[in-house]
Amino acid sequence: MSAEEDKILTEVTENEYKYGFVTDIETETIPKGLNEDVIRLISKKKNEPDWLLENRLKAYRHWQTMKMPEWAYLDLPEIDFQDIIYYAAPRKQPKYQSLDEVDPELLDTFNKLGIPLEEQKHLAGVAVDAVMDSVSVKTTFRETLAEMGIIFCSFSEAVQEHPDLVKKYMGSVVPYTDNFYAALNSAVFSDGSFCYIPKGVRCPMELSTYFRINAANTGQFERTLIVADDDSYVSYLEGCTAPQRDENQLHAAIVEIVAHENAEVKYSTVQNWYPGDKNGKGGIYNFVTKRGICKGDNSKISWTQVETGSAITWKYPSCILKGDNTTGEFYSVAVTNNHQQADTGTKMIHIGKNSKSTIISKGISAGLSQNSYRGLVKVLKNASGVRNFTQCDSLLLGDTCGAHTFPYLEIDNETAIIEHEATTSKIGEDQIFYCNQRGIDTENAIGLIINGYAKEVLNKLPMEFAVEAQKLLQISLEGSVG
Amino acid sequence: MLKINNLHASIEGKEILKGISLEVKPGEVHAIMGPNGSGKSTLASVLAGRDLFDVTEGTVEFLDQDLLDMAPEDRARSGLFLGFQYPVEIPGVSMVNFMKTAVNEHRKHNNLDPLSASDFLKLMREKKEVVDITSNLTNRSVNEGFSGGEKKRNEIFQMAMLDPKMAILDETDSGLDIDALKIVAHGVNKLRTKENATIIITHYQRLLEYIVPDFVHILYKGKIVKSSGKELALELEEKGYDWIKEQ
Ligand SMILES: Nc1ncnc2c1ncn2[C@@H]1O[C@H](COP(=O)(O)OP(=O)(O)OP(=O)(O)O)[C@@H](O)[C@H]1O
Ligand SMILES: [Mg+2]
Repeated sequence: MSAEEDKILTEVTENEYKYGFVTDIETETIPKGLNEDVIRLISKKKNEPDWLLENRLKAYRHWQTMKMPEWAYLDLPEIDFQDIIYYAAPRKQPKYQSLDEVDPELLDTFNKLGIPLEEQKHLAGVAVDAVMDSVSVKTTFRETLAEMGIIFCSFSEAVQEHPDLVKKYMGSVVPYTDNFYAALNSAVFSDGSFCYIPKGVRCPMELSTYFRINAANTGQFERTLIVADDDSYVSYLEGCTAPQRDENQLHAAIVEIVAHENAEVKYSTVQNWYPGDKNGKGGIYNFVTKRGICKGDNSKISWTQVETGSAITWKYPSCILKGDNTTGEFYSVAVTNNHQQADTGTKMIHIGKNSKSTIISKGISAGLSQNSYRGLVKVLKNASGVRNFTQCDSLLLGDTCGAHTFPYLEIDNETAIIEHEATTSKIGEDQIFYCNQRGIDTENAIGLIINGYAKEVLNKLPMEFAVEAQKLLQISLEGSVG
Repeated sequence: MLKINNLHASIEGKEILKGISLEVKPGEVHAIMGPNGSGKSTLASVLAGRDLFDVTEGTVEFLDQDLLDMAPEDRARSGLFLGFQYPVEIPGVSMVNFMKTAVNEHRKHNNLDPLSASDFLKLMREKKEVVDITSNLTNRSVNEGFSGGEKKRNEIFQMAMLDPKMAILDETDSGLDIDALKIVAHGVNKLRTKENATIIITHYQRLLEYIVPDFVHILYKGKIVKSSGKELALELEEKGYDWIKEQ
């Protein structure tokens, strides 16, 4: 490798996490460890109905019979589940009427992240349900939405205020028996978001939640449930950055989406959990189960994700295409750097006739990282006229990282048309020099090139999010600016 | 404006440039000719700051600055432009986005505000006319799938956009049909002022019929072995390089 290439790679791979600061808000925690009493305590603190406690306990008992999955292309560390705190809530939990009442330190944190709540309230038409640790701190735009019959609130509130909806849909897409992490989440989930769009309603704004892990040693077990009734539409954004810390943190979220007849749900994520330092110390373990069901005919679910963070990512946002003429989409950019490991992709399960799916996956690897795409396209026997298009690209920076693809096909109906394309490329030293010669420095050159490479996916994000995501891609790969 | 003094450069221990001295003043056009492998592109690369090559001896002054001490992007922003012999393709990066970034980096260097989107598009339209480039090309990714001739024209277009003080054009004429050659030459002439200077690297005296040089230098085995007026190019065309080798 030439001296120049060496230098560029060192620059771009030795970047420290930029959002590594800790907000010192007093938190109320319960002791480390997991047993039925802890689960009862969590449920009690949240004032939950009995059926929900029963669900938690069932999930916990089932989880105890399960083992951590080992099939992913990940070097998984031993996780001591008794060494984790399963509940933390900001000590003061008043419901604020205005931003003035919110802890200034928290507002400052959002400002550092470039997410001023105040501005978002006025600009962009984004309603923000900001989750600090496990409890919803501030929800905006609730009234406007309520007038249209849209429910958008924290999961805990939904349990109190809309128990029938929660009971009906929770676990209907991701049952607690689904996998190890889903079972764990179902037992100990702390909070999250709930969203219901009634029949015939187009949600007029992007619904958005910012999650943030902010209590040392606290596993985060978020739970999101989105239900789009017949003929409705919603675009939902999830984004997060986490403060730097030394201890590994477990994050096992569940997201469930239900789309009824003719409904459309767009779910976009920018994920930037702390990835650990240059030497692979610290960082979030992110084991997420995300699944949507296109239950009614002509419904559509679209997942878009930009994954730059976490030490370990294990995540397969999937679509069950149950209705006829349904559409599932997955657009993903996954960046890994230093010692990060990502095993991510999707599952498209075609049950309905003439169901279509599109998968666009763009992996970018640098440093000593490993980046895998794993995708399943399954077509059931009675699903005629199915179409799938998969494109799976890998971009490498340097020769010490790895990119892998694991496509699985299970086709039981011969009318299916399945297409698969895959490419692997490298950022060339000559491309960087060409940019340099036009006055563009190496950092910006890499930014231009990776944003160009990921354009197809970034274009799927809502405008405000796309800008943030572009910055993030550049930040994740470059030496510190200036 | 550019003063090269006893420049030596090597790659992987092999010396390619063996003591080059050359002075270029504002308003001048210099042509550099020489057989394949004599070091013409290497000279251009070293001046532009490609650090594949190690400079082992010598100095280069550009606008009273120590050129060799500057990062490649700073050399560019200070007004040094290289038209590449083999322009590289950058898939996914649109010409518009690329040029906008480049132009605004130059402006930042000169303490100017970035151009607004509409001013930028106006500038593009204006400069596209200089090289008769179609809007089709500027809507595509940088050089991706461009024909050889289109790539060369695109280099001149970029030069027009960036308005350099010193342009080095490395075989911008090869691969061009006669019409394109005229267009490119016309473009270079149009951009020529009393303040800026051009170094043209070429194998053919044909280009020099359209862009008339003040000086012609012959580079041979890493050294400038002969310098003279424009008539040298004609002489070379007649006699070939054997004539040089004999000397
Ligand atoms: N990256 C490189 N690695 C090794 N040798 C190189 C490299 N680049 C150039 N050289 C060598 O340096 C010498 C000069 O090459 P250069 O490209 O400067 O020639 P040139 O005069 O531009 O030739 P041409 O007329 O063919 O364009 C050649 O012997 C070439 O093989
Ligand atoms: Mg050459």
